[in-house]
Amino acid sequence: MPAVSKGDGMRGLAVFISDIRNCKSKEAEIKRINKELANIRSKFKGDKALDGYSKKKYVCKLLFIFLLGHDIDFGHMEAVNLLSSNKYTEKQIGYLFISVLVNSNSDLIRLINNGIKNDLASRNPTHMNLSLHCIANVGSREMAEAFAADIPRILVAGDTMDSVKQSAALCLLRLNRTSPDLVPMGEWTARVVHLLNDQHLGVVTSATSLITTLAQKSPDDFKTSVSLAIARLSRIVTSASIDLQDYTYYFVAAPWLSVKLLRLLQCYPPPEDGALRGRLTECLETILNKAQEPPKSKKVQHSNAKNAVLFEAIALIIHHDSEPTLLVRACNQLGQFLQHRETNLRYLALESMCTLASSEFSHEAVKTHIDTVINALKTERDVSVRQRAVDLLYAMCDRSNAKQIVAEMLSYLETADYSIREEIVLKVAVLAEKYAVDYTWYVDTILNLIRVAGDQVSEEVWYRVIQIVINRDDVQGYAAKTVFEALQAPACHENLVKVGGYILGEFGNLIAGDSRSSPLVQFKLLHSKFHLCSVPTRALLLSAYIKFINLFPEVKATIQEVLRSDSQLRNADVELQQRAVEYLRLSTIASTDILATVLEEMPPFPERESSILAKLKRRKSPGNQPGAEEARQERERERERERERSLNGSAEHKEGGAAAAAAKTSLYPSADLLGPTGPPPSTGGSLLVDVFSDSLQAGPAPLDLAPPNTSVSEDNFSRFICKNNGVLFENQLLQIGLKSEYRQNLGRIYVFFGNKTSTQFLDFSSTLNVHTKPADPTIDAGAQLQQILNIECLEDFTPAPVLDIQFRYGGTLQNFGVMLPVMLNKFFQPTEMEAQDFFQRWKQLGAPQQEVQKIFKAKHPMDTEVTKAKIMGFGTALLDGVDPNPTNFVGAGVIHTKNTQVGCLLRLEPNTQAQMYRLTLRTSRDTVSQRLSDLLSEQF
Amino acid sequence: MRFMLLFSRQGKLRLQKWYVPLGDQEKRRLGRELVQTILGRKAKMCSFLEWRDLKVVYKRYASLYFCCAIEEQDNELITLEVIHRYVELLDKYFGSVCELDIIFNFEKAYFILDEFLLGGEAQETSKKSVLKAIEQADQLQENIDFQMRLFPAPS
Repeated sequence: MPAVSKGDGMRGLAVFISDIRNCKSKEAEIKRINKELANIRSKFKGDKALDGYSKKKYVCKLLFIFLLGHDIDFGHMEAVNLLSSNKYTEKQIGYLFISVLVNSNSDLIRLINNGIKNDLASRNPTHMNLSLHCIANVGSREMAEAFAADIPRILVAGDTMDSVKQSAALCLLRLNRTSPDLVPMGEWTARVVHLLNDQHLGVVTSATSLITTLAQKSPDDFKTSVSLAIARLSRIVTSASIDLQDYTYYFVAAPWLSVKLLRLLQCYPPPEDGALRGRLTECLETILNKAQEPPKSKKVQHSNAKNAVLFEAIALIIHHDSEPTLLVRACNQLGQFLQHRETNLRYLALESMCTLASSEFSHEAVKTHIDTVINALKTERDVSVRQRAVDLLYAMCDRSNAKQIVAEMLSYLETADYSIREEIVLKVAVLAEKYAVDYTWYVDTILNLIRVAGDQVSEEVWYRVIQIVINRDDVQGYAAKTVFEALQAPACHENLVKVGGYILGEFGNLIAGDSRSSPLVQFKLLHSKFHLCSVPTRALLLSAYIKFINLFPEVKATIQEVLRSDSQLRNADVELQQRAVEYLRLSTIASTDILATVLEEMPPFPERESSILAKLKRRKSPGNQPGAEEARQERERERERERERSLNGSAEHKEGGAAAAAAKTSLYPSADLLGPTGPPPSTGGSLLVDVFSDSLQAGPAPLDLAPPNTSVSEDNFSRFICKNNGVLFENQLLQIGLKSEYRQNLGRIYVFFGNKTSTQFLDFSSTLNVHTKPADPTIDAGAQLQQILNIECLEDFTPAPVLDIQFRYGGTLQNFGVMLPVMLNKFFQPTEMEAQDFFQRWKQLGAPQQEVQKIFKAKHPMDTEVTKAKIMGFGTALLDGVDPNPTNFVGAGVIHTKNTQVGCLLRLEPNTQAQMYRLTLRTSRDTVSQRLSDLLSEQF
Repeated sequence: MRFMLLFSRQGKLRLQKWYVPLGDQEKRRLGRELVQTILGRKAKMCSFLEWRDLKVVYKRYASLYFCCAIEEQDNELITLEVIHRYVELLDKYFGSVCELDIIFNFEKAYFILDEFLLGGEAQETSKKSVLKAIEQADQLQENIDFQMRLFPAPS
């Protein structure tokens, strides 16, 4: 008996659903569905006009079939017809069908929009609501184009019903998310903000969501919402007498609205006005107080609603990061949750404390909970909670507790789930290096890592331990002894063999005095692992052997014998064979002196930021920052830079400091324009399609011979965003070609000036607006001149340097500027990563200011290969198989500047139907996100 | 909120609401994978999990799982109460709701959801107001049914 408690008598539908439920097998179900589809199709095609009720019933059946997971390719027209029915129930089903299915068939959009338009204009609130719901559910661009202008009017009109206002507010929110460019708020802004004062709490709730979304995008326009939001919050939170009737949820006053208001306030810094700020602090204190009061109900809903507000308030306190008392109080209250019997609260407390750990005011308070957190790591039964505990330990780690935390993480690693092992390994490696006072502890820790979780120890980790050992002579002997001992284990991880081979090859002599680790013993130990190892490890071991020959002449014969064996000299692997042949030969013919020179100890690695740290650093999100100290320092530096900027913050100054410094400007003639000088460009990957060929064919466009004195040409500027070589400028006199190469934060640009005329250019000069140096003053007729510019990126920047060109042609002085295509993205190094890493980092860069999103119309044909080439040309790695949707593009890279590195993630979602793209950039720095988005979005 | 799913212990989807534009195939794939992930979790586990680049909040009511995928900055606990309020609305409307009510009256479940949440945000959190809106609609419907009985359509 079907439980049709409230139906409208669509008996046929109920029968059909029953039939489906009674099907014993998937096949039977499909058979029944096909039968029904045939029936409906014949009904729709039949000569007899269907009445509204039947149409509704069949459309509803189709919807049911679709929701079961089957494709539906007809019925859209009938659904659209229902929209114009004057019977509410038919209209409603029509809208539902369209809301659920419309993106699979948009041919009908015009007809749908027509139906919506009629209902919007109907002044019948139930019909208006239906149509607004439909727009909000579909949210397509076409709908935004058709209605974005009307909805704000409906929203703020005095005579609009409350329920319609609510729908209109959220409808606008949805359209603003999908097509922000089509939703101009301008003239409505003030009246929308004013909705925060509305008497109807439902209207305020909807409006707050809308305003938050808008404020995230243009905070300045919605500044006035801050005081209104605080006033509203204060009325809800502090006045006990107020009766919110049905908006009180399990004894908690308007929890949804409170959470939303607190969220809105997180779009802004603490209010500057003292009174306002006091009022907000009072609200926050009240929320903290209330959370401490005995519960008014034993229901979990009461506690959840109350704590939802509490956590949002704490998020705001952390966001402001300016009230030490509140921060410490927040920390203490979260501390109580760490041992709460509700798993959910323990999880959230751990998560929230992570961000508190990065505030200088609450870092110490967070540290007092270390034992509880370690206990959580050991006893929590849910891996997602344990993961939060790991994050928190990492966030609270500093010099005082590093040994304890690293030890606990290591012991947890022994039993940790595979899904989170790699991250823990990275964290341990970073902490061990960062807080190592004596490096023997560091070496022990990393070797332990390899022992416990060798498979998850990435190259960065074991490279780094070798770098550090080579750079610090105080730890070399200890390292040699320790790896030697570790290698004694009957089964040891290949990564250990690598580290062991490398370190013994360099420093085996430091322990060779002991007969238990004599040269021969060391060699035999290493060689006993040889046959079990992969090719790259064997290659590394062969190099260790030749190093042994130099260190210990007494084992030379033994090693030569090994090198000479067929399994080496005739190895199928070319690399191994070559090493064996060359090393054998080297050891035979080279004198001791030459051997000693060739095989000298490795020189120290240049001191630079740890690659592991860089890997983790891209996660700027709180709690994952390597230690709170780091975050604080970073913030300090930020403030300092801010101060500097405001002191002498002329645009010129910044341009100069940031963009480029021509360290060496030399001019010498070169035979042919764009000749094959200089090494190949560093960016690119293999471009199967030359997407940029058009720019080379770009004819000598500008007709004016002498652009006005001050003009700066940037015509071809944007063509260089995704490529490095080409023609930058051309008029009838002069052609300027460029070849550029970039490595990390350094760049070199070869500029070629071609005199296209038959007259000599005199008094030629080409100077960068940052740095001036005299140049060779003549270019012969038809000749080319080459200039080399060396560029260093000091910090992230937006304005490009301008090349100022001046020369005399005939009797006239020519003077113009050419914008030099030095953009931030030139300093990208591509980063390959797995989907899991990508999403983790993506999430960690989730703060609103870190993300910049842009939706724009395609300017060029939407070709996958071309797009790929452009993204690689932009400088990031193109990551395959990361985005669940294969038509999307995902990239990752690191921007190198002199002082810092900024990790960048990007995602480009093409919508071929709409000929639109959505580009999302997330980096740890808002200026970088913005700049990269501006640069890249012009390319498609 | 990105999307909301209702599914049975057997993994059958009973309701799906998407607040972000995705292709049908993609929706099916995401739905399938998330359902498997949640069904694989034990009863006493945390109601929140990180899944791909999303935060997922879920809760089981009798034979049905209610599950929301939310944004990084969204509040987990209030989302849990969004789920509960929706369950209360269904319960009140159907009178002690069960899975079968939602199967046979799926369109009603969608209508109620639209009154409560729109564009992934809470639109009207008052239980009375939401139910009043739905009942008004039913009222219109009953009037029409009544008319239809008086003037049956020619068959």
